[in-house]
Amino acid sequence: MSDTHDGPGAGVAARVRHVESLLEQRGLVDAQELDRALAAFLTRASPASGARVVARAWVDGGFRRRLLDDANAALPELELSMGGGLQEQRLKVVENTDEVHNVVVCTLCSCYPISLLGPSPTWYKSEGYRSRVVRDPRAVLREFGFALDPAVKIEVWDASAESRYLVLPRRPEATGEFSEQQLASLVTRDGLIGVAAV
Amino acid sequence: MAERFAPGDRVRASHVDPPHHTRVPRYVRGALGTVVEPSGCHPLADNRSRGIAAEPEPVYTVRFAAQDLFGTGDHTVLVDMWESKLTAADGEVHR
Repeated sequence: MSDTHDGPGAGVAARVRHVESLLEQRGLVDAQELDRALAAFLTRASPASGARVVARAWVDGGFRRRLLDDANAALPELELSMGGGLQEQRLKVVENTDEVHNVVVCTLCSCYPISLLGPSPTWYKSEGYRSRVVRDPRAVLREFGFALDPAVKIEVWDASAESRYLVLPRRPEATGEFSEQQLASLVTRDGLIGVAAV
Repeated sequence: MAERFAPGDRVRASHVDPPHHTRVPRYVRGALGTVVEPSGCHPLADNRSRGIAAEPEPVYTVRFAAQDLFGTGDHTVLVDMWESKLTAADGEVHR
């Protein structure tokens, strides 16, 4: 990727600027409206939002069930949503247990729950991760420094269509006294993708 | 929208390698899987990407065994598949 304005994205950027100025000229949006919408989206679009969701699920069994059942319906309880784009995206939360560990990938491109996790890490978009994690997830997890118990079954979720996936990691041991906020601070982005334990 | 498949149904992924964009990953083509749940209704990406009008159709999360996809591995892979890319495979003998 290039940081300059003459890289491969330059044509697209010019087109976007042109459409933006047409929208403004015709009074369809005011000059600050798009900036405000982007800013509002990006404040919530960070792994901190995903971590809040997980911490709430760890402390509130009712929320956990609602989240696993219908994540889009449960997110507003934390004033979060999968909106912000052209349309609300379906979110499916997949829970790690003693028996099953979940890992998320998009083998075809780079689909990712941006509104809850922010922009995806570079490795998530790499050909190596995308092609190998579906074939040999155990080896890929080892490369991330994550030695998963061989008895635990792996499920790999390929975000190949319109749904987005978020992993609900297992709550670390000896955190019984932790507040929801303290629990949220333990949750990492990699844990929410499934390439690390929390 | 009426869904043709229900959770637990055995389905086979389309084996076609089309000359245009598709959301059927190569590694599931022709493979046998099990429907987990419906995951919404969307116009077929193959058509939308070519500017062809497409009605929304059901999409399903389908679970495939790594063994059936790659000939090795004890994990499973879950892929979202548009209904028109699946055929019923309930009567089929497992490969």
